[in-house]
Amino acid sequence: MGPFLIRRILLAAPTVLGVLLAVFLLIRLVPGDVVTQLIGLEATISPKRVEELRRLFGLDRPLPVQFMEYLRDVSRGNLGKSLRTGRPVGPELARRFPITMQLAALGVLIALMIGVPAGILAAVQRGRAGDYAITGFVLVGLSVPSFWLAVLLILLFALRLGWLPPTGYVSPAEGLGASVRHMLLPAVSLGLVLAAAITRIVRSSLLEVLGRHYIRTARAKGLAERRVLLRHALRNALIPVITVIGLQFGTLLGGTVIIEQIFGLPGIGRYALEGINLRDYPVIQGAVLSIALAFVLVNLAVDLAYGLIDPRVRYE
Amino acid sequence: MASSTLASGTSSIAARPGVRRRLLRHPGARIGGLLLLAVLGGAILAPLLTPYDPIQVAPPQRLQGPSGPHPLGTDLYGRDTLTRVLYGGRISLAVAGLAVLLSLAVGGMLGVASGFWGGWADALMMRLSDILLAFPAILLAIGLLAFLGGGFWNVVLAIAIIYTAPLARVGRGAVLSVRHEEYVEAARALGANDLRILGRHVLPNATAPLIVETTLRLALAILAEAALSFLGLGTQPPAPTWGQMIAEGRAVMTFTSWPAIGPGLAITMTVLGFNLLGDAVRDALDPHLRGT
Repeated sequence: MGPFLIRRILLAAPTVLGVLLAVFLLIRLVPGDVVTQLIGLEATISPKRVEELRRLFGLDRPLPVQFMEYLRDVSRGNLGKSLRTGRPVGPELARRFPITMQLAALGVLIALMIGVPAGILAAVQRGRAGDYAITGFVLVGLSVPSFWLAVLLILLFALRLGWLPPTGYVSPAEGLGASVRHMLLPAVSLGLVLAAAITRIVRSSLLEVLGRHYIRTARAKGLAERRVLLRHALRNALIPVITVIGLQFGTLLGGTVIIEQIFGLPGIGRYALEGINLRDYPVIQGAVLSIALAFVLVNLAVDLAYGLIDPRVRYE
Repeated sequence: MASSTLASGTSSIAARPGVRRRLLRHPGARIGGLLLLAVLGGAILAPLLTPYDPIQVAPPQRLQGPSGPHPLGTDLYGRDTLTRVLYGGRISLAVAGLAVLLSLAVGGMLGVASGFWGGWADALMMRLSDILLAFPAILLAIGLLAFLGGGFWNVVLAIAIIYTAPLARVGRGAVLSVRHEEYVEAARALGANDLRILGRHVLPNATAPLIVETTLRLALAILAEAALSFLGLGTQPPAPTWGQMIAEGRAVMTFTSWPAIGPGLAITMTVLGFNLLGDAVRDALDPHLRGT
C-alpha cells in the first residue's frame, strides 16, 4: 500500500500546481488587467493612483515572480482581501467551506440511500416490472435539471405542504434537527442525479457479478440466495460505486453553486457567484481554488479507497 | 487497394447497414428520436404552431393557469408559456448544438492527433486536460462568462471550452485502442503514410466512442445552457430561453407554479431524448455492451 499511496499523491501534485497556475492566470487574463476593470467603476482617477493600484496588486512585476509570491501567500493561507468589503478571503472561505461540504456530503448520502437499494432491486428483478420502473427513474433522474427540481421541491414541500422551510441555513451547532430540515431539500436536489447514476452502476455491476463462477459455486454449495446476494455479489459489485461518486463529485460541487443560490445557503458556491457578479477577483480566485482543490482531493481519496478495497489496483 | 481489403472497417462505422438496422429497432432510439423530433419540430415550426408572440406583453392575461387557449398558462407579463417554451427551444438547441460541434471539432481533433502521434505534445495535452478537468465544468463556464459577458456566442464559446477536454480524452482513447491493430500495421507495412493511415484506417474505426460521447454531451450541454441562463449569465431577455423562464417562474412561485413547470418539462424531454439516443447509439455500435 505504501508505494501506491506515495505514487498516487505525487501524481496529484502537478495537477494541484496546474490548478494554482490556472487560478493565478485568471486574474491576469482579464482584458486590460484588473486595475483598468476596477477603474471602469469609478470614472475619475489619476494615472498616479493607477500605478499605485498596479503595485498593490503586484502587477508591475514579471509574471513568474508574481506566481512565486502567489504560491507563497497561498501556502500561508493568505488569499487576499475582498475588493468590495475589504475582509480577508481566507477566513471567509474557512467559515463557508463546512457548509458546502455538509451539503455535498448529505447529497452523496441521500444518493447512496436511494441508489444502492434501487440498483439491487432492479438487478434482482431483471426484465420484470420493477426493473423497468427503476430504469425509467434512472433515465428521468439523469435528465432533470437540478435547479428545476429544486424549484419544484420548494413549491411542493415548502409552499404547498409547509413541511420544510423554503430557504435559509441553520448550522448543526445551533440545532441538528433544524439544520437537517433546512438542508434536506437542497441535498435531495443535488443528490438526485448521483442517485440515478449509482442505481445504474449498482444494477449493471451486480448483474455482471451474478454471472461469475464464484456465485455459481456459492449457490451450488447451498447458500441461501439472500446470503449469496449480500455476502458474495454485493461486496464486489459496490466497488464501481466509489468510482462513480468520484467522477460525479465535480458535477456535484458545480451544482452547489446554483443550489446554494436557490436555497440561500451561505457556502463557497454562493460566495463564488457573488464574487463573479461583483467582479471581486480575490473572492473569485479563492472560491474557485478551494472548490477545485476539494475536487482534486476527493478524487485522490477515491483512488486511495479503491486501492484499499480492491488489492488488484495497487499492483498495476 | 490491398490495404483497404485488409482493413476491417474502411467504410464509416455509422453507415454500416447492421448499425442502422439495430438503431432503428432499438426502443430507446425510437423514443429518444420522437422526443427530439417533437422539441426540434416545435422550435422550428413555432410561428405556425402558436398564434401568440413570445415577447409581446399582454398584462390583462398575466399569471393564468392552464386553459384551452393557454395550455401551459401565462407568465408575469401575460405571455403564453407554451409559445415561449417553443421559441425558447430555438436558443437552447442552437447553443447546445453549436457548442458541442465546436468542442468536437477542436477537442476531438486534438485528442485524435495526440493519441495517434503521441510524444511530448500528447503528454502536455493530457496534463493540460487534467487541470481543466479539475474544475467543475459549470463553475468554469460561469467564470468564463463572468469575464466574457453574456450573449449567444459567448455562451456557445464557454460551453465549447468546458467540453473540449472530455472530448479530447475520448478521441485519444479511441485512437489508442486501434493504433496497434494488425490492419494498421499492415497498412504501414504496405507503405501508407501517416495521414493515409489515420484517415483511412484509424479514424473510421475510432469514431464509435466519439459519436456516443457527442450525443451524450448534447444532453449535458442543454443542461449547462439552462443552468447558465437560469443564473442570468446566458442569452439575455427578452428572447426566451428555458433556464431564464424557470428563473422567472421561481420569482413568482408564491403566486403560481405554472410558469416554472413548462420550461422544466421541455428541458427534461430534450435531455432525456439525447440520453436515450446516446445509449441506443452505443448499443447499436457495440452490441456486446448491450444491457450493461
